[in-house]
Amino acid sequence: MATTLNHKTSNLGAIITQNRDAILNGWLRDMIGSTRRSDLMKESELQAQCHQFLSLLTQATTKNTNIQATAYDPLREMLGEISRTRAIQGFSARETATFIFSIKQSLFGAIRETLGKDSAAMADEMWLTTEIIDALGLYTAEAYIKTREDTIRRQQEEMLELSTPVVKLWEGILALPLIGTLDSARTQIVMESLLEGIVQTNSKVAIIDITGVPTVDTVVAQHLLKTVTAARLMGADCIISGVRPQIAQTIVHLGINLLDVTTKATLSDAFSLAIQRSGFKLVRPQKKESVEH
Amino acid sequence: MEKIPILRMGEFLLVTIQVDMHDRLAMTLQDDLTNRISQTGAKGVLIDISSLEIVDSFIGRMLGNIASTSRVLDAETVVVGMQPAVAITLVELGMSLEGVRTALNVDAGMELLRKSVNGHEESEYGSYFQ
Repeated sequence: MATTLNHKTSNLGAIITQNRDAILNGWLRDMIGSTRRSDLMKESELQAQCHQFLSLLTQATTKNTNIQATAYDPLREMLGEISRTRAIQGFSARETATFIFSIKQSLFGAIRETLGKDSAAMADEMWLTTEIIDALGLYTAEAYIKTREDTIRRQQEEMLELSTPVVKLWEGILALPLIGTLDSARTQIVMESLLEGIVQTNSKVAIIDITGVPTVDTVVAQHLLKTVTAARLMGADCIISGVRPQIAQTIVHLGINLLDVTTKATLSDAFSLAIQRSGFKLVRPQKKESVEH
Repeated sequence: MEKIPILRMGEFLLVTIQVDMHDRLAMTLQDDLTNRISQTGAKGVLIDISSLEIVDSFIGRMLGNIASTSRVLDAETVVVGMQPAVAITLVELGMSLEGVRTALNVDAGMELLRKSVNGHEESEYGSYFQ
């Protein structure tokens, strides 16, 4: 069976070589009808890609029919690159995949021209070609989606970085205003950036403000406690502030023990406590005078 | 055999860990330190782990043990300069070192020891370095 397959495959390579120009022209024409996006890509660039694809396909199909084989490495590499650039240029997934699928019509035409008299051979050849082109098309779609996913992942990471600023409020006092839901990945970054901040600024007190955290469940509370413990291990005190009434109720209902942690209702309360603990005192000069009178 | 030096500074003992801790070294340190405390009658122990980059649960437990043992011998233990990564590791291992006091750096640690030994009235740099 394998030998017949290989035999058929080498035919496909020969067919492409013989009818190269016809296939190429037909393919370009079909593409202009369906997926041509002259606003996103130059005509010459598209032609160059088609040329390259055909040459690589010819080389690969003369050796093997399985697109996972090493003979297809350069072809897969090229398709991956095309998908990546198209995803970035703004092509849709459908347009990117149709780039490959639209070769079918002209390729089938060429096969019919060459093998038209031998209907059994023609059917075999067409089946093989369909298999290869479908696999390549799916590969392209996959590569396209992967590129998009990479973009999403990168943006997520950037969002994580952006959403955990450590601010210095006073000599030896840090604040970490948290906004958004806390999950394990985020807590890890929050914890790391807070601890790094403590080391860099030599701070003795850190305030974690959770005003912007929409819900606190057992998992979030556990994450917060972990952060507080880690800060304590490094020799810094942690105060949790911005506990809203509903959240306070939830915490009690869930039976979470925050007794070992100092909590304050607002950031300003926490700040004045932090000032006190660091041995500072805030005085308003005018008030002093009025007391003296 | 490899040993971690224990320095005496007035009433306090100073231990600086500057090499990777392996289990035998940790055990030796624990023994040595206990002996030194009882010999010198030290009131406080300061362990600087700012160069320590890798910890495991054994080292974590050792720190806790040293603190407990010292307390029995009437000496306070302060661990100073823990790296963020080390703190995170210990928390993830579930070791919060409840009985151990901590400080950001040696300065802050010394201050803490002086306060706890002398009470709050004598927190200025002082009487030990005449």
